[in-house]
Amino acid sequence: MSGVLAKFMTQIRFIAGALALAFVISVATPVSAQQPSSVNPTASSVKEQQLLQELNRIQGRVSIPDRKSDVLEQPAGREWRQWHQVTLRWIGGIAILGMLALLVVFYLVRGQVKLESGFSGRKIVRFNALERFVHWLTASCFVILAISGLNITFGKPLLLPLLGPSAFSTWSELTKYSHNFLSFPFTIGVVLIFLMWIGSNIPNGNDVEWFKRGGGIIGHDHPPAGHFNAGQKMIYWIVVLGGGASAVTGYLLLFPFYGTEIAGMQLSQIIHSVVAMLFIAAMLGHIYIGTIGMEGAFEAMGEGTVDVNWAKEHHRLWLEDELARGTSTAAERSAAAARPAE
Amino acid sequence: MARMKFLCDADRCIECNACVTACKNENDVPWGINRRRVVTINDGKPGERSVSMACMHCTDAPCASVCPVDCFYTTADAVVLHSKDLCIGCGYCFYACPFGAPQYPKVGNFGSRGKMDKCTFCAGGPEADGSKEEYEKYGANRLAEGKLPLCAEMCSTKSLLAGDGDVIAQIYKERVSKRGYGSGAWGWQTAYREAIAT
Ligand code: HEM
Ligand code: SF4
Ligand code: SF4
Repeated sequence: MSGVLAKFMTQIRFIAGALALAFVISVATPVSAQQPSSVNPTASSVKEQQLLQELNRIQGRVSIPDRKSDVLEQPAGREWRQWHQVTLRWIGGIAILGMLALLVVFYLVRGQVKLESGFSGRKIVRFNALERFVHWLTASCFVILAISGLNITFGKPLLLPLLGPSAFSTWSELTKYSHNFLSFPFTIGVVLIFLMWIGSNIPNGNDVEWFKRGGGIIGHDHPPAGHFNAGQKMIYWIVVLGGGASAVTGYLLLFPFYGTEIAGMQLSQIIHSVVAMLFIAAMLGHIYIGTIGMEGAFEAMGEGTVDVNWAKEHHRLWLEDELARGTSTAAERSAAAARPAE
Repeated sequence: MARMKFLCDADRCIECNACVTACKNENDVPWGINRRRVVTINDGKPGERSVSMACMHCTDAPCASVCPVDCFYTTADAVVLHSKDLCIGCGYCFYACPFGAPQYPKVGNFGSRGKMDKCTFCAGGPEADGSKEEYEKYGANRLAEGKLPLCAEMCSTKSLLAGDGDVIAQIYKERVSKRGYGSGAWGWQTAYREAIAT
């Protein structure tokens, strides 16, 4: 009896198994039996336009060791090109030529700021040797950085036609090396300037007054000023902040892919070049007032001393402080440094 | 004259990197530089696609526009080439290139990144066609020999096409209509300001 039952059960199991198999096949077949034309793998795949719309860039994975090559497409490069070839040139051209034009007009209209009370022949120390060294270190680096930087922006349209491709390349390579290497002494200079003169460059009430009276150079006024007047304080902060910003962005460009990738480098270049253009324009104003713009000003940074009358007119509060403190033994030094009356 | 272009059929690319290897070998490309690479998007996920990418030889090429020493030139076949004698290694072409094509022998820019190197469409450089100097600086000049770039020739699935833009666009269109799908010519809109209508 039990033998018959066992046989029956085996048959049942066989039939059940066959049915199950048939079911699986019947479910599975329609998929593999479909015509190829109705399969569209792109429907569920990543799509270029969609990826670009989401991020304006396409990034993936690469099997070569160069990880930074995993950005497949960044159409932003074309926008950066537009910026570099068109917008930046306008900004730079307007800032620099505009400032030059302004200075020429100002010189023609206002003329040099004269020392109204004339030279007394007595001198007072304004900047010591260290201060002058730091100033000229920074300034000479700045001039070369500016020329070499502007060569990158404007050299191709302005210099290349004159020099020809080969000479212009040699020149550009040279200026590029200067730009990159002089960035270090320049940065040190900016840091020293920051530390050295921060004490006398904190804005205060006198600065408001100074601005209200047009700095005394628009007109013929002499608003009171300490060691640095409000205009000079502005220059100080332009140098510190502009120098800082150009250094940070410059070093990001100098060490590509350390801390930035492509979008970061484009942004760094944009900030670097805008800051540079405005910085150059501001320094043109600074150079003007320190040389032909104001009588008796250059010697402050040239020889380190200024005429007491000059100090009286332009930095009265500073002179009073110095005299009150009796520092710099003004009289003795003035005798030693007195230059023959011309 | 032909207008040379690359086209990567992403529905066929299997990320075998044969194109990358072919390029390195044919042009004797130095260590650390890859003129061509294969980027896989959504790697390992459903719907992933791989695209082989090198210089696309763009219309109105951004690299040429931004180069401060103007060392690029476009050949009669619309291949974008450059002179390593003039390049100062500033890295600007890399910022402007939509496809990350320019490569540099030095990682840092301290002083210089070295002479830029990129895909030449196997068309060498400014030196005399097929000369030793040309080969040393830029690699093979297959175009001068009447051959197309080796990457596309070697492509095992014929995903990567190189040649006259109209011809490869036609091949791609026929493919798409035959098989019934196609994700389009990756990069064409950005590089050539035109897509392939499929
Ligand atoms: C302080 C450190 C600085 C560093 C590390 C630095 C670095 C750089 C780098 C790496 C570049 C890209 C081009 C190249 O590789 O030569 C550049 C461009 C430039 N730099 Fe500087 N720079 C610095 C300061 C300055 C300053 C102070 C000025 C302005 C006087 C300046 C003006 C420019 C200009 C105009 C460009 C070209 C912008 C363009 O057309 O793309 N840089 N700088
Ligand atoms: S892909 Fe890049 S390197 Fe090639 S032509 Fe276009 S912008 Fe220039
Ligand atoms: S790296 Fe060379 S080719 Fe590229 S923009 Fe600079 S100089 Fe021109």
